[in-house]
Amino acid sequence: MHIAEGYLPPLHAAAWTVAAAPFVVHGCRALVRQVRADPESKLLLGAAGAFTFVLSALKLPSVTGSCSHPTGTGLGAILFKPPIMSVLGCIVLFFQAVILAHGGLTTLGANTFSMAIVGPWIGYGVYALLRKLGSGQEVAVFFAAALADLSTYCVTSVQLALAFPDTDSGVLGAALKFGSIFAVTQIPLAISEGLLTVLVMRLLIKTSPGELSRLGVVGDPVRGTRAPAAGLGR
Amino acid sequence: MSRFSVVNMLLFLGVIVLVAVPLIFVSGEFAGSDDQGQAQIEKSHPHYKPWFSSIYEPPSGEVSSGLFAIQAAIGGGALGYYFGVARTRRRIAGGGPAGDSGSRNG
Repeated sequence: MHIAEGYLPPLHAAAWTVAAAPFVVHGCRALVRQVRADPESKLLLGAAGAFTFVLSALKLPSVTGSCSHPTGTGLGAILFKPPIMSVLGCIVLFFQAVILAHGGLTTLGANTFSMAIVGPWIGYGVYALLRKLGSGQEVAVFFAAALADLSTYCVTSVQLALAFPDTDSGVLGAALKFGSIFAVTQIPLAISEGLLTVLVMRLLIKTSPGELSRLGVVGDPVRGTRAPAAGLGR
Repeated sequence: MSRFSVVNMLLFLGVIVLVAVPLIFVSGEFAGSDDQGQAQIEKSHPHYKPWFSSIYEPPSGEVSSGLFAIQAAIGGGALGYYFGVARTRRRIAGGGPAGDSGSRNG
């Protein structure tokens, strides 16, 4: 989903940057509030960032005979809410753009919009919805992570289609073409990401029930009530 | 092995299978989808010239894969550190051994 440096026309690059900026700024404020209110959560914040760091460096083969990488944003979105995940994702993308020549500074806005904004919000939305419908936590985590991943690549396809519409079939045709490159490849990877996120969440619930309960992740997800430590063994 | 560990193992196994199946049963070049997207742009819009290039470009595939490995190592290390700390904290707090597979993911 990394649109390479210089591969969006200046107008598009600027527009996506402008679109992404408020989310990241708002996320920075949320991050500062979070750390002030609960300094203990800093370590878990680092872990959520680290998860994205690992997963977005992991290029995996897919059934289409090409490779792609997961995004790892679903976990952070569930733990800390999407605004904070936007900041973490933006930092990872910046690092990759500057040091790895993966993505770019001119496309940082567009890449942030797909991976660090839409992905986390879709993931969090799916999680909240499934929990409200009474689904188990692990099922909700799986679909949240998988769809955060997949939606990121769908957004990338649309971004490229808007910038490079097909001469015959227009934006829609181009979106389908880019979608067949990005989104289809991504399906098995999204499932992998879902499984890995469930695995990490299980370990987190087991090792740090206190932190997760303070964040409202375990316990009643709708009202965010804090579960007593004894009620955590599923 | 506890049920907890078995389920974790199965989750991990699922990922391995999902990665292995395409490698075994699909023949392809396994090029990056990001590069394919870029190639698609060059094909449909041959006159488009990228107007900005990366400030720093790893000089070779080897250097680049090394940097990616460092990225994964930093992330993995940080995750492992987190689970180590969390597990020790629980133990000290008297919560009992916090998971027999506490930091396998690190």
